[in-house]
Amino acid sequence: MEKPLTQHIVPGRAPLSLKEYEKVGGYQSVRKILKEMAPADVQNLVKASDLRGRGGAGFNTGLKWSFVPMGPEVAKPKYLVANADEMEPGTFKDRVLLEGNPHQLIEGMIVAAYAIDASISYIFMRWAYKVAAREIIKALDEAYEAGYLGENILGSGFNLDMHLHTGVGRYMCGEETALLNALEGKRANPRAKPPFPQVSGLFGKPTIVNNVETLCCLPHIINNGAEWFKGLSKTGDAGTKLYGISGRVKTPGCWELPMGTTIRELIEEHGGGMQDGYLFKGLLPGGASTDFLVEEHLDLPMDYTAIQAAGSRMGTGTMIILDDQTCPVGFVHNLQHFFAQESCGFCTPCREGLPWVEKILLAIDRGEGKPEHLLTLDFHTKYLGPGNTFCALAPGAMEPLQSALKYFREDFERHIHEQHCPWSKAKVWQPSI
Amino acid sequence: MLTTEEKHKIDHEISLVPSPKNACIEALKIVQHSHGWVSDESLKDVADYVGMSPAELDSVATFYNLIFRRPVGRHVILVCDSISCWVMGYEGIRDRLYEKLNIQYGQTTEDGRFTLLPNCCLGTCDRAPALMIDNDLYRDLTVEQLDEILEKYT
Repeated sequence: MEKPLTQHIVPGRAPLSLKEYEKVGGYQSVRKILKEMAPADVQNLVKASDLRGRGGAGFNTGLKWSFVPMGPEVAKPKYLVANADEMEPGTFKDRVLLEGNPHQLIEGMIVAAYAIDASISYIFMRWAYKVAAREIIKALDEAYEAGYLGENILGSGFNLDMHLHTGVGRYMCGEETALLNALEGKRANPRAKPPFPQVSGLFGKPTIVNNVETLCCLPHIINNGAEWFKGLSKTGDAGTKLYGISGRVKTPGCWELPMGTTIRELIEEHGGGMQDGYLFKGLLPGGASTDFLVEEHLDLPMDYTAIQAAGSRMGTGTMIILDDQTCPVGFVHNLQHFFAQESCGFCTPCREGLPWVEKILLAIDRGEGKPEHLLTLDFHTKYLGPGNTFCALAPGAMEPLQSALKYFREDFERHIHEQHCPWSKAKVWQPSI
Repeated sequence: MLTTEEKHKIDHEISLVPSPKNACIEALKIVQHSHGWVSDESLKDVADYVGMSPAELDSVATFYNLIFRRPVGRHVILVCDSISCWVMGYEGIRDRLYEKLNIQYGQTTEDGRFTLLPNCCLGTCDRAPALMIDNDLYRDLTVEQLDEILEKYT
């Protein structure tokens, strides 16, 4: 089984140095595009590979690039930004790539920057990834030294600068337009679209923001072609995917596997099955802002198409397991506390609605729930849904809530009817501030 | 007053962006790095230096979780309180810290050694529960390990 993105990552061992990376074929894609391909060729190849954004939205990467204005008369500089702000609760896949093989990311970023003719690039990374920051700084120095970055790269006339920017903590920074505001030294509020960042992004210039895992696919697509990339998958969605599992399974972790590996295989073979004494109750397939799936969905392939058809989203592909000994109301309450806290406060439904939802869940959790609370939660899932808020934060927050109300409604009703949490007291989520 | 070294570092950040204002978050990080937090006085100094009003800069400073606008201890403990750590029972860790340090979230020990804060998902969910102390990440935590971990920080 091919694992292009993680083949050179060995847990517990330092990432490959530039010399070691070159020895296993590193930076060949940069040599190839600079010598043989025009930016339009790179865009077309990536479009044909069906690579879809791995940050959660799943948009075709080559198509996203194609909206960037090209040609000599276009405003310069253009920017490429790697979104390494991984703050979606339950998500830890980009950390693996950032810590494990920083040169692969840099190589992918050079490919992407060349495809859109960008001359300045940033890695926007969350503050918490200290090891990754250290390794990336080292790798950037090596790449500049070897002439893969800077002016006139490998004598091609193509110029690219690359900087590491570490954030100061806020979930909103993962939203691409909010990320651009943060990079500009502003509050990370999302921007109105249009104009889209491809046309007017960082400092008003054409900008592409791509996820780390997306960028890491690029060198392999350049080297091996679109058909090879599609062939890695078990289903219609191309490539491999970094899947992860957290929660009460025997061996939680992160694995690169063919796209479309089933949920059951992920949990039972890779996650080792449920821990002794715990039963599976449900899961969030791709981070905190995705809808619950349950037992009936276990044989679905984990890809964009199948998970969406089941009423959820693959999101980041890192799943969080809900077990039978964890209170589903507490689970959702923990999530809503997070979303309410991380709302940027810019638009009213999100700023006012999420704390309301959180307070109701606290009341139900404490045994103070009223029957009408469920109706209030129901209408929030609609009023905070897509189209009613400025960005995707609140609609994302409503996904686990609406699906919990669908699949675990009896558990909510029991809390209200019995006026206490049927699970052990220790598992009642209590916000601390 | 900003020190010469701080000004030097801020100047470098300003040189990388179109307008000095664009470097304001970097400037706040530089000041926090030398003082541990951003006081009202520091905030005003930075605002003057990058050409913003103190109110505008404070709106940026207070937006971000990791810019401290109140004094913190010599070491900051950030306890992950997000979903995977909750499922894996992080409350035991938190309660032991409350008890051992005799403080709650948002407080600093009397000797100025530790500040205790809750934090969003640290991105290490397969090895929950987790916390960070300064730049160090601790994972697969058990309550029993805490004493030994805390002893490393004086």
